[in-house]
Amino acid sequence: MSLRFRSCAQRAFLVLIATIGITYAAMADDDKRAVRVPLLPKYQQECAACHTAYPPGMLPAASWQRLMNNLPRHFGTDASLDPVTVKELSTWLTAHAGNYKRVSEAPPEDRITRSPWFIREHGEVSAATWKLPAVKSAANCAACHTQADRGDFNEHNVRIPR
Amino acid sequence: MNLSLQYLFSLRSIALAAGLGCAILGSAARAATPAELLAGYTAQAGSPATPARGQQFFADRHGREWSCSSCHGAVPTQTGKHASTGKPIGALAPAFNAERFTDAAKTEKWFRRNCNDVVGRECTAAEKADVLSWLLSLKP
Repeated sequence: MSLRFRSCAQRAFLVLIATIGITYAAMADDDKRAVRVPLLPKYQQECAACHTAYPPGMLPAASWQRLMNNLPRHFGTDASLDPVTVKELSTWLTAHAGNYKRVSEAPPEDRITRSPWFIREHGEVSAATWKLPAVKSAANCAACHTQADRGDFNEHNVRIPR
Repeated sequence: MNLSLQYLFSLRSIALAAGLGCAILGSAARAATPAELLAGYTAQAGSPATPARGQQFFADRHGREWSCSSCHGAVPTQTGKHASTGKPIGALAPAFNAERFTDAAKTEKWFRRNCNDVVGRECTAAEKADVLSWLLSLKP
């Protein structure tokens, strides 16, 4: 009896340890998105003039390639660059593109904001908040993510404007 | 010991001086002043720039959604805001932002892209000269 009890407790303990292990592994996988690739100065200079320097891991390589091949028609604006710069940025973006599970598929229109993970993570943000003049666009990461320009999207640094 | 230290120091100062010299020469080769850029556009246009015409061009919409002021503000002496992303855009008038119009290639890049967005074509040298002459007339 006591022997059986002990083995049951042991089994429960093992299950608990395994669960912690799996959860930790899953978190680590999720956090790969947050692994901060030092931003290429040229990427910051050219792309962050108009919008957040989105971490390259937020889109798959196929999306970056399409975006970089189509800069003269970039979400309704002309973002054209000289060919040497386009090549340099494309190489860097595709080298650091997201290649783990939740970023493996290109989102609709290659918009980060239409990725299933983006929509899920922002589920608690109300429609009214999105419409605030200080927010205006889902592309305006820095409106709430105070450290977005450093590639830091940690929840602890989120300040939602009122 | 002392001698070798001195030697090291003198080597370092030579390297520093050389580096500084290169930096000055390098930047002098590429840098421009807003006045020089304006002179270039005016020469290309073949007629004097008119600040008032530049102001009008800046404020007007040219058959499209945005004017220059949609992102830069009506009088670009303060930080503007990108009309679609909300990203802050530093003041455009050189007297309020010393970086503006100090690099010919950068100036051309932005005129090309923004004129395409606002006017649907590249701007003429005369239009660029007008706008720049107006921006240069804005003083604190």
